[in-house]
Order: sequence, then structure tokens, then C-alpha cells
Amino acid sequence: MSNLAILPILIPLLAGMWLAFIAKKLPLARGSAKLLSILNLAVAIYIFFHVQQNGTLILEMGAWKAPFGIIIVGDLLAVTLVLTTNLVAIAAAFFAPKSLSDKQEGFYFYAFFFWLISGVSGAFLTGDLFNLFVFFEVLLMASYALIVLGGGKAQLRESIKYLLLNLFSSMLFVTAIAFIYAVVGTVNMAQIAERVQEVEQQGILTTIAVLLFFVFATKAAVFPLYYWLPNSYSVPNPVVSALFGALLTKVGIYSILRVFTLIFTHEPGLTHNLFLWLAGLTMIFGVIGALSTHNVKLIVAYNIIPAVGFMLMGIGIFTETAISGTVYYLVHDMIIKGALFLLVGALAHLAGTSDLRKMGGMIHHYPFLGWMFFLASLVLAGIPPFSGFIGKLLLLQGGLAEEEVIIVIVTLVTSLLILFSMIRIFIGAFWGEKNEEITVNKRAADGYVWPIAGLLALSVTLGVGAEWFYPAIQSIAEYLMAPELYIDSVLKE
Amino acid sequence: MEIIMAILAGLLFTTGVYNLLQKQLLRIAIGTALISHGAHLFILAMGGLKGGAPPILVEGIEQYTDPLPQALILTSIVISFGVTSFLVVLAYRASEVNGTDNIEELRGNDYE
Repeated sequence: MSNLAILPILIPLLAGMWLAFIAKKLPLARGSAKLLSILNLAVAIYIFFHVQQNGTLILEMGAWKAPFGIIIVGDLLAVTLVLTTNLVAIAAAFFAPKSLSDKQEGFYFYAFFFWLISGVSGAFLTGDLFNLFVFFEVLLMASYALIVLGGGKAQLRESIKYLLLNLFSSMLFVTAIAFIYAVVGTVNMAQIAERVQEVEQQGILTTIAVLLFFVFATKAAVFPLYYWLPNSYSVPNPVVSALFGALLTKVGIYSILRVFTLIFTHEPGLTHNLFLWLAGLTMIFGVIGALSTHNVKLIVAYNIIPAVGFMLMGIGIFTETAISGTVYYLVHDMIIKGALFLLVGALAHLAGTSDLRKMGGMIHHYPFLGWMFFLASLVLAGIPPFSGFIGKLLLLQGGLAEEEVIIVIVTLVTSLLILFSMIRIFIGAFWGEKNEEITVNKRAADGYVWPIAGLLALSVTLGVGAEWFYPAIQSIAEYLMAPELYIDSVLKE
Repeated sequence: MEIIMAILAGLLFTTGVYNLLQKQLLRIAIGTALISHGAHLFILAMGGLKGGAPPILVEGIEQYTDPLPQALILTSIVISFGVTSFLVVLAYRASEVNGTDNIEELRGNDYE
């Protein structure tokens, strides 16, 4: 038992409150937001190494013993994702003052930003299904406030749909929890897992599992539940889109990963095969969406969807190699999606439009931004030696070992089309004749560049230095494939 | 008793979904509220209804009420209350800015 595990939730929560009080004093708010996010990252790094050396951190709130009280479980997967979340958060905290207007910043942007981080960290760290719902709501509430920031016509229009869809799936989540509680009599994830194992996951439990999957799939944007994503992620401010694209869908994928490697693992013929089918369709439809539009923000938003398909595929194959691929891709995708949304946000702002057909020749004005975009495209598409490649390689190895040839082919074709959709932006926006009409805003561009460069450097390190990271990722996969480790560490039997 | 509660929750879900599928934003907001009521009643029924028993487990007491569903519902009610009020304000603002409260007219792919 250690109080350390709750710090990644508590620090942003308190930081949000502090920033709500000083929201109108902009210089102070900016400074404290940067400082507090660095502090939060430092804590996350410390916890990561602590967990690597000493094993899972467990905090039982108010010293109520495990299955009865609220519990926070900082295992290796959770702390890795918390660490990645905080890396993206820092880039966002430094990008925000450049991208938001003073008025938008003054309307509690930083407060909601920290509450979002708090909710995301909480969702990763909780060991209790009902608390997962509560933290989903914390992060969704913050995201509702962030998505309307600015209050444009399209923004209000899309945020209504975003809110309604999430509200509906949250209510289904509550219903699914009620079902689980009725069948197994607990909401503690470790104890649910134990009891589901005892009754060998009968039909009713598999039905509940699919209901839960439906809820998480809505949040994660899996086919056919992704329709809400592209429009609502492309309308808010770039820094908000980056946070959403990097963190929110990943929380959904994390929940699927957790629930279907820990609790509902006994009917893989039904549930995990369903995942494989949906993963393939998610990839195909997502990438078709990305090719169908000329709006750069929409192209990047659509590119979230095939990535979700890749991660779901690893869960569907359900072998150690494939799961390690999913975990690797999860970390990779959080970082690169953050970078990409910031990049197209900067691009659209500097070009004055997000329509690809009206852009051109930007590389003459902003060479550094252009080449960073090119690099980010390669990373996203999974060109070796970058990090997307390592994740996909593991997924494909897992797929071939299980002789799931069709999904492997779909993955490869999708990756190629992702590269095509990204290079289309690069050619359309950056190549071409120098456009003299554009008023070059070097100062703004310099402000944009550094947070993005930081994220990209991280992403490249993750790929080139795969040797350093792979052992940690592999041990997470081993740990996930042996759910009794989680159960034992929580229930201490 | 549980059966009646389950049927009531189902009715609330049905009417909620019906309202959710309407065009007017206010009806949609009411629909979400009904659905969340349905979900809350459902949790209560799922914990088992035992009238008149204390929510305490002491040695010697055989009949006791499960206190956990009530704690879950309370949390969930507070959350859905907050979200619903936010939804109403957002719907009001969106209909002011867009000049319509008809969700059919709020589709479209134009960007600012």
C-alpha cells in the first residue's frame, strides 16, 4: 500500500482547481500550467521506475480491504500510459498559449485541461469498474467544456452530437455495470475476474461482455460506432483536438484491453473473433474516410480510426506477441496523434484555411514545419525504423503466427493508404509554387514548432531505440496474458 | 418486486429512446434524462430489493439491504444531473447561434 499511486490523479485535480481561481490572470496561469505539468511528468516518471523495480502499486482508499473499498492499481500498463499521457500534456501546455486566443485561455482552458488529464490518469489507474465509469465522466465533462471553447457555429453543432452520444453510451455503461453486479455481486475488477473464472463465463456473462464492448467501442471509435468522431474532433481548437485525438479514444482502447485480457477471457472464439472482424472493417472504413475529404483536419481525424483498428486487432488475435504490439502501438499512437493534430492545426492556422485545395507552397515559407510533417507521416504510416513500424511488425507477427492472413493483408493495405492520405497533404499543402500572397508569420511558426518537435523526437526515439523500450513492453504483454498476476496483487491471496 | 422495477426501467428506456430520436433539442434532452432514470432504477433492482432491513451486516442478522447499489446510484445521479444541465445550456446556446433547434438542420459539413 502506497499513497504514491494516487498522485497522477490528485496533482492535476488540484492544479485544475488552482487554475480555475487564477484563470483571468493569464501570465500567472500560463506559468503555473507549464510548471505543474512538468511536476506531474516528474511524478509520473518516478512512479514508472518505482513500479518497474518494486512491482504493482496498490492503494486501498481509507484502508478498506480490496474487494470492498475503492482501489487504485498502478500496474505496469497503467503507469506506462499515465507517463505517455503526461508527455502529450506537456506539449499541449506549451502549445496552448500560441494557439488559443487570450479570451479562450481566460475561459478556464487550463483548469479543464488539467481535469481532463486527471480523468484520463484516473481511468488508467482505477481497479474498479464503477470508478472507471466515474473517471470516464470526469474526462468527458472536461472534454465537453473544451470542445465548445470558442463557441463557433460548427463547434456548437458538433459538440451537441458528441455530448449526446457519450451520454447515451455512459448510461449503457451504467446498465452494463448493473448487470455485472447482479450476476457476480461485485464491481472490483480483480474480484469480477476471479468470479467469472469460477463460473467459466456462461452465456449471460458473454452477453454482458459484448454490451461492455459496445460501450468502450463507442468511446474508442470502432466500426460501426466511429461516425461521431471525425467531425467533432476537427472542429475545436488544434490543441484541444490534439488532446482528444491523443488521449480520449485511447482510454476506450485501454478499457477494452483491460477488460478483455483480465475479465472476459474465456470465450475468445466469440468475443475475440468479433474484434478481429471489427478491427478489419474499422481499418478499411477509417482509411476510406481519410481519402474522401480535402479538409486537412478531417484527414488527420479520420486517421485515428484505422489506428484504433490496429490496436483492436492485437486484442483480437490475443497472443503475447500481438498484445505487445497493441501496447506498443498504444504508446506510439498517443504521441504521434498528439504531434499530428498540432501540426495540421499549425498548418491550417498559418495557411488561413483547412481546405487542401486552397493551400500550396508552404514549404518555401516554413521549411522546418514541412519536413516535420513529412517525418510525422512516415512515423504514422509505419515506415521502418520509426515507431509505427515496430508496433505493426509485432501485430503482423502475431497475426501470421495465428494464421489470420486476411487481417494481415488488410493491415498492410491500410498502412499503405494511410501513407497515401498523409503524403497527399504534404504534396498539396507544402509543395508547389511559392505563394507570395501569404503573409509569413515567422514568430507564430517558431512558437508552434518546439512542442511538436519535442513530441516527434520522442516518437522517433521510440522507434529507433526500440531495443530499449521493447523489454518493458514485452513484460507488460506477459503480465496481461496472465490475469492471475493482477488478481493476486489486488486481492493478496 | 424486482420484476416490476425491471419493467419500469425498461419502460423508461423505451420512452427515453423514443424522445432521443425526435428532432427537437429539448425533447432529446428529456429523453436522455429518462434514460438515466431508467438506468438508475435498474441498478437499484439489480442489487435486490429487501424492504425494511438495515444496510448493515452484523453477526446474527440474516436479512440486510445491500448498501452498494445505493452508493452507485447516488454517484450516477449526481453525474447525470450535471451532464443534463450542461446539455440543456449547450442546446440553448447551439440553437441561438445556429438559429434552429431542429437536429435535422444541424447536420452538414460546412466549416468555418
